[in-house]
Amino acid sequence: MNYKITHNTHYSYSNLVNLGYNEARLTPRSFERQKCNHCELTVEPDPTNYREREDFFGNTVSYFTIQRPHQELSVTVTSDVEVNTPKLKCDLVEAMEWSYVHERLQNDTDEEILEMRQYILNSPMIPDLSDIRIYAEKSFTLNRPLLESVVDLTERLYNEFDYDPDFTSIATPLKEVVEHRRGVCQDFAHLGIGCVRSIGLAARYVSGYIETVTDPDKEQLVGAGASHAWFSVYFPDIGWIDFDPTNNQIPSDRHITIAWGRDYSDVTPLKGVVYGSGSHELSVTVDCRAV
Amino acid sequence: MQHNDLTHWKKINQGYFNAVLSNSEQTDEMLSNSGEIHPHWQTFIQSLNTLGSEEIVSRHKDAARLLRENGVTYVVHGEQQRHRPWELDIIPFIISESDWKFISSGLIQRANLLSLVLKDLYGEKRLIKDGVIPPEVIYSNTGFLRPCHDLTPEIDNPLFMYAADIGRDSYGSFWVLSDRSQAPSGAGFALENRTVLARTLPNLFGEIGVHRLSSYFRTIQNRIAELAPRQIDNPHVVVLTPGPYNETYFEHAYLANYLGYTLVQGDDLTVLDGRVWLKSLDGLVPVDVILRRVDDLFCDPLELRQDSRLGVAGMLDAIRQGNVVVINPPGCSILENPALLPFLQNIANRLIGEDLQLPSVKTWWCGNNKHREYVLNNINKLVIKPINRPIGAKPTFGSELSQNELNSLREKIDAKPHLYVGQDYINLSTTPTLIDGKLLPRRSILRSFLFAENSGYTMMPGGLTRCEGEQGELTVSIHDGGVSKDTWILASEQEQHISLWQHLKVGQNISAHTQSLSSRSAENLFWVGRYAERAEGHARLLRITLDKMQMGLEGSFLGKPNTTDGLKEIHRDESYNESELTYLQSILRTLTELTSSNPVYVKNESQGLINQLMSIMLDTRHNGSLVSTLHSLMSAAFAVRDRWSTDTWRVMNNIENQCELLEKNMSIYEHSQSQQVSGESDERTLQHIQTELDQLMIFLSALSGLNAESMTQTIAWVSLDMGRRIERALLLIVLCRSCFVAVQDEWIEHLLLESILIASESLITYRGRYRSALHLPTVLEMLLLDESNPRSLVFQLKRLQQQICDLPRDRLGYGLSEEEQLILEALTQLQLSNTSQLAHRSEQTTQRHGLEKLLVRLAQILIEISDVLTHTYFSHVQGQKQLVNTDSQSNIPRDEL
Repeated sequence: MNYKITHNTHYSYSNLVNLGYNEARLTPRSFERQKCNHCELTVEPDPTNYREREDFFGNTVSYFTIQRPHQELSVTVTSDVEVNTPKLKCDLVEAMEWSYVHERLQNDTDEEILEMRQYILNSPMIPDLSDIRIYAEKSFTLNRPLLESVVDLTERLYNEFDYDPDFTSIATPLKEVVEHRRGVCQDFAHLGIGCVRSIGLAARYVSGYIETVTDPDKEQLVGAGASHAWFSVYFPDIGWIDFDPTNNQIPSDRHITIAWGRDYSDVTPLKGVVYGSGSHELSVTVDCRAV
Repeated sequence: MQHNDLTHWKKINQGYFNAVLSNSEQTDEMLSNSGEIHPHWQTFIQSLNTLGSEEIVSRHKDAARLLRENGVTYVVHGEQQRHRPWELDIIPFIISESDWKFISSGLIQRANLLSLVLKDLYGEKRLIKDGVIPPEVIYSNTGFLRPCHDLTPEIDNPLFMYAADIGRDSYGSFWVLSDRSQAPSGAGFALENRTVLARTLPNLFGEIGVHRLSSYFRTIQNRIAELAPRQIDNPHVVVLTPGPYNETYFEHAYLANYLGYTLVQGDDLTVLDGRVWLKSLDGLVPVDVILRRVDDLFCDPLELRQDSRLGVAGMLDAIRQGNVVVINPPGCSILENPALLPFLQNIANRLIGEDLQLPSVKTWWCGNNKHREYVLNNINKLVIKPINRPIGAKPTFGSELSQNELNSLREKIDAKPHLYVGQDYINLSTTPTLIDGKLLPRRSILRSFLFAENSGYTMMPGGLTRCEGEQGELTVSIHDGGVSKDTWILASEQEQHISLWQHLKVGQNISAHTQSLSSRSAENLFWVGRYAERAEGHARLLRITLDKMQMGLEGSFLGKPNTTDGLKEIHRDESYNESELTYLQSILRTLTELTSSNPVYVKNESQGLINQLMSIMLDTRHNGSLVSTLHSLMSAAFAVRDRWSTDTWRVMNNIENQCELLEKNMSIYEHSQSQQVSGESDERTLQHIQTELDQLMIFLSALSGLNAESMTQTIAWVSLDMGRRIERALLLIVLCRSCFVAVQDEWIEHLLLESILIASESLITYRGRYRSALHLPTVLEMLLLDESNPRSLVFQLKRLQQQICDLPRDRLGYGLSEEEQLILEALTQLQLSNTSQLAHRSEQTTQRHGLEKLLVRLAQILIEISDVLTHTYFSHVQGQKQLVNTDSQSNIPRDEL
């Protein structure tokens, strides 16, 4: 499936801002089942400096600064992305028990597995949560295949937590999400990762988009019209498989991946430091159409 | 030198010999197991013996005095933050040449190795991928900063600066106890220790032949100049400090001063076009090298810790662009991770094909099952450390824990084994330390310093030795009350003195290089000027008030003839008479105005008066009090610590001590109030205060004199002097307003005129000029309009005008800048005034409205000038905000020795 994506982030400041430094992770990645054919990032006012580089995880980072007084900042990304449904080697995946994966991660010494071990560890926004393992163990029962376990976990997160955009912000600690059983896609992704890691398995955070549906007969997924997030679990010999707890599904060709990392803090779509006083207002629009 | 007989010395120090010989579990640095003095200590001991015990104690005091006078402090955080004087033991830590060779060769090997590890971890990560280091050791360490991936400079030794703590165990072997790699502290203290000891024991250095330290700093300077991205003669190097609240701020200022670099804080820097700039009074100055003392995580709020105000946004980008070199590059703290130690031997074999010459203290990483088992089984003998050292945390000594504590520690380790290591406890060797005049064995640790050269490392021939403050303490740290020592490496032959001044090449010209002044420093200097002048003015007026209260009014220049002999007591039975009261009221009004206190209502009793005076002088809770002003003066001065000469800093220290003495009177006074035993005791307190005010005045005058005579008249001096001028002008205005605007009884007016002349240091001039005739118009003439009187208002304004004119500014068109307009208006208004009109008293009014109007307007203008200066020249410091905030932690980084 091919998508044309337009993603605009707009900041308006109450007072003039003299200097702004920003880092954007908004260029969709290219990997086996996804190809970013074109991507353009426009910043208004015109940035004084603009540079791109690859970060630790291989995501494209756009660094830009604005060195004159401004009261608004607008960042627009337009991209053309081709997404294919992941081909899961079905028998192999379905049979692989989570305890087997756990053991491979502990004992294998090949380069890839050693690198994956960093995704088992806590990360800045996903600290140790008391009882998270007990919660997770309900899905990760004895001899259960990993895929089935995570599908079950995804479904439980979907059923047991309410989607409530008004309840949390980026800074809400995961603990509160668990306490109140509500949150948004980032929170559910973080929670899913926390559960998988508590079992001793490798999981990472994926930021991206979901198709914006225009056809009234087609089902609209939650999270369209904004940036979306889900999580991914590592299967030895196979690779990463994505899970979207907000929509209770394994993403196929309606999820477009921008970047991945340990958690949101590694892949924040647009962050910045500005020098000036006053407050700011933020608005984001995402349009992600199949073409 | 002549070898004298040590029998007597041994007898005196028999206690030391006994203590060492009875302890078989520790090595002693001076004595062998059989109680013989090691050869490398002999000459020193001979010299000590020659000096004699009394002289040694007195030299020890000299050293303490020098350190105090030089303002060498270590900031201790605790319930109350305070500056603790740096403690130096006069007995050095002496290392023999052979030990030294062994240590230095081992540490140079280690520094080279750690450089390679750093490059690998932030580059290819072969050490992880090939299984040499378990991934958790790196990936669960908070020192591993993913944004610093690919940031390490492409040179042989990207770990520019490295320090290691080493110690000797009971078998006599040396061990590396920990590695310091991000912003190692202590080199400056080591240098200061040496400076002080060289002054205290001047002869010994020559006799014994001790390696000098200056060559090390010379190497650093040269290497830093080579590293500068712009290959120019005078690259701009800054020392980035977290600020005066940091433990080792003294050292940051000291090193900046010694090496000739600019001391800056994060707010002083900005990044534009991928380059770091210093916001200076003359505009932006490019920065080539940053010697940072700010922790890794705090360097860049965009890419690292978002809530950091200690670094500057865009620093990492500037490093990536190759426009600035940061020493050490952010990310280096990964090397301080104790979980690396068990793997270092394998890493060495792998990367350099060698064995470690100097071993690390034996360490077991609990992420490995076997190691964890060992740690859990031997927990009561080991030192347990988390691999991510929480700020301010101390290692845990298993031997000190109760059974319950041991169990809960075991549980913690079991829950997250990869986050803990266990280490052998090293029973450190003892070294003779002078405590209360006696030599006692104290355990010690040596911190050694290395700096990267083109290839390889150079090591400071010395170091910072710390010993335990109390015998038997398990940790040895300055933070916990330890004492420091100079470290002597014996040189086989005398060394040349190396000066840090550069040698001129033939034909090379040197251009004057004015050190940049950051806007923040300028602002602090401005406030040093204002507070110093304010303190001086207040102290002078307080002295007058105390005089008058004690003596009544008879002692005055034109006072009523009085029949009473000698001093009048404050607590006399009769109260002040009416005119005395009116006079005191006026003076107190001035004081309250100056100190922004609540207006006093002088009742016809002295106790209320004394209460009020005490508060104006000594109450630290009262913002405008004299002691509060002195505190503000000290903290503004401390914030520009690198700007003061040694002499100036000594005066500052005297002011601070004097301030402490003054404050003590407050508690004495409050105590006597609560005991209701005032009266005589109050009188004594007031007399003490007076003596101490006299002393304070001398120090403040000394400061003013040093500022005027010993500071180069650059922009730094201008900033300070503008502060002084504005403050002096404002003081004079308050004096005149509160004493002369209201029309008084003629006799009282005379008393006031006299007091104001004293308060503005103009009485002698006045007497000389006008003899005994005290008239308001002539006094006003002299105080306001006399250009030859350096205390007059017009003198201050003219000076200020000149300085304002000298400030750097981009001239657009022909118009005057705001501050130029303001000072012009003030001068014009003042010079157009007529003193006899101003002083005129008519029968109908009780106020001199003309005088009031002029003074009010002048005060307004001066305050506006101060604001405009702050706004235009000082406050380039702006609010910093995050667009997305994901941080919820808030810790202040610490730097502990």
